[in-house]
Amino acid sequence: MSSTLGSSIGKKLLMSISGLFLILFLVVHLTVNSFLLVPDGGDLFNAGAHFMATNPAVRVIEPLLALGFIIHILYGVKLTLENRRARGPERYASGKKTQGVSWASQNMLVLGITVAAFLVLHIANFWVKMKITGDPRLEHTTIEIGGVPTQVENAYALVNTTFSYLWIVVVYVIGAVGLAIHLSHGFWSAFQTIGFSNQLWRKRLTILGNIFAWIIGVGFSSIAILQYLFYQPN
Amino acid sequence: MEKTINIKLRVWRQAGPKAKGRFETYELKNISTDSSFLEMMDILNEQLISEGKEPVAFDHDCREGICGMCSLYINGRPHGPDDRVTTCQLHMRKFKDGETITVEPWRSAGFPIIKDLIVDRSAFDKIIAAGGYISVSTGGVPDANAIPIPKEAADEAMDAASCIGCGACVAACKNGSAMLFVSAKVSHLALLPQGRVEAARRARNMVAKMDELGFGNCTNTGACEVECPKGISLANIARLNREFLKAKLKE
Repeated sequence: MSSTLGSSIGKKLLMSISGLFLILFLVVHLTVNSFLLVPDGGDLFNAGAHFMATNPAVRVIEPLLALGFIIHILYGVKLTLENRRARGPERYASGKKTQGVSWASQNMLVLGITVAAFLVLHIANFWVKMKITGDPRLEHTTIEIGGVPTQVENAYALVNTTFSYLWIVVVYVIGAVGLAIHLSHGFWSAFQTIGFSNQLWRKRLTILGNIFAWIIGVGFSSIAILQYLFYQPN
Repeated sequence: MEKTINIKLRVWRQAGPKAKGRFETYELKNISTDSSFLEMMDILNEQLISEGKEPVAFDHDCREGICGMCSLYINGRPHGPDDRVTTCQLHMRKFKDGETITVEPWRSAGFPIIKDLIVDRSAFDKIIAAGGYISVSTGGVPDANAIPIPKEAADEAMDAASCIGCGACVAACKNGSAMLFVSAKVSHLALLPQGRVEAARRARNMVAKMDELGFGNCTNTGACEVECPKGISLANIARLNREFLKAKLKE
């Protein structure tokens, strides 16, 4: 098994599987975030956040998610360093004029670093406050879940206040666009690596990957922008 | 009516594997646009020899695009500015009068420079020796079409088999990866019944050899496919991944 994961294809397999796992996480995350746009003073979003915070399955998945991030980042850096070495020290004096190679595919590390930098701010903004330090804006609020009044943390208030700062919204949009470009190559590439691709599926996966990437990118950024523009209390 | 052009050549000169290389500029006059790139290189070497200088070392053999011996990274692309041709099939009509043409060797850690524009591509031979063959017991000659093979499989195998092993894929790859080459060699055998017998061992051994020789990890950019003079498809890389992972699961 170690010889499998230590081989070039094995290392790529780890990138692929962890990447696909992170893609699943993005889908869940965007779904919960979309509740932010329901104009009910944040009750649905708070219910969603409460469910995500208390659901036992999520507690199991959370460390797995962290592991997914760590593997994806570490192996991304490792592969890039190895590939630079394999490329050799000399560069072509006449440059690279190969047409038809996507910019994203050649800059996955740069895009990954953009996303990771955003992630640091994102975790400091929300995860640290919700899970570790707490925040006065998270004060309990009572909502009805299935007709039962339940005390939950007011996650909506924290999100809403965070998105009242223009600079934060700008950073979030940059992060989301970086993520979309990253996914525009990463999505199909993950399937290619596990071997689920051929002449026909390559076209399908590239189109599907681009659509998915921009749903994610536009989804996350539009929620932040709309929160800033239309959801702030006067 | 024959047209001729005057060109400037910037050529990588390097005395030996360890020597420090540099670009030298040469001027060539009245080059026929009908001549091939390698004929132009021959004219350059004739000129250098008549001037008492050392000719430029470059690889070539069949000069009809099937042996895989010619290389050269010309003006930013392996095999030059034309698509789906090797350097020997490239014509001087693809260049403008007065143009400066930069000629470099393949650059990749897996292909160390021997001299000038010649690189050592014996790594490819070692990868082939690791499994790019089928074992056949000797005996009477078997009937040609005794084993039925679907047309699609035969076509795809033939497409993969058209790889001439020139190394343009490695030269174009930002990762110095040899995956397109290895995938073509694994695919053209994996698609046929005769190749299935040793398929798992072949995928394992050829990938292991490729890794051992210092080629990079494929990141699916597709530059190899664009620059391949034979149009070998990235679908072969997906097949290689499949073959390799299946073989590892069976272990």
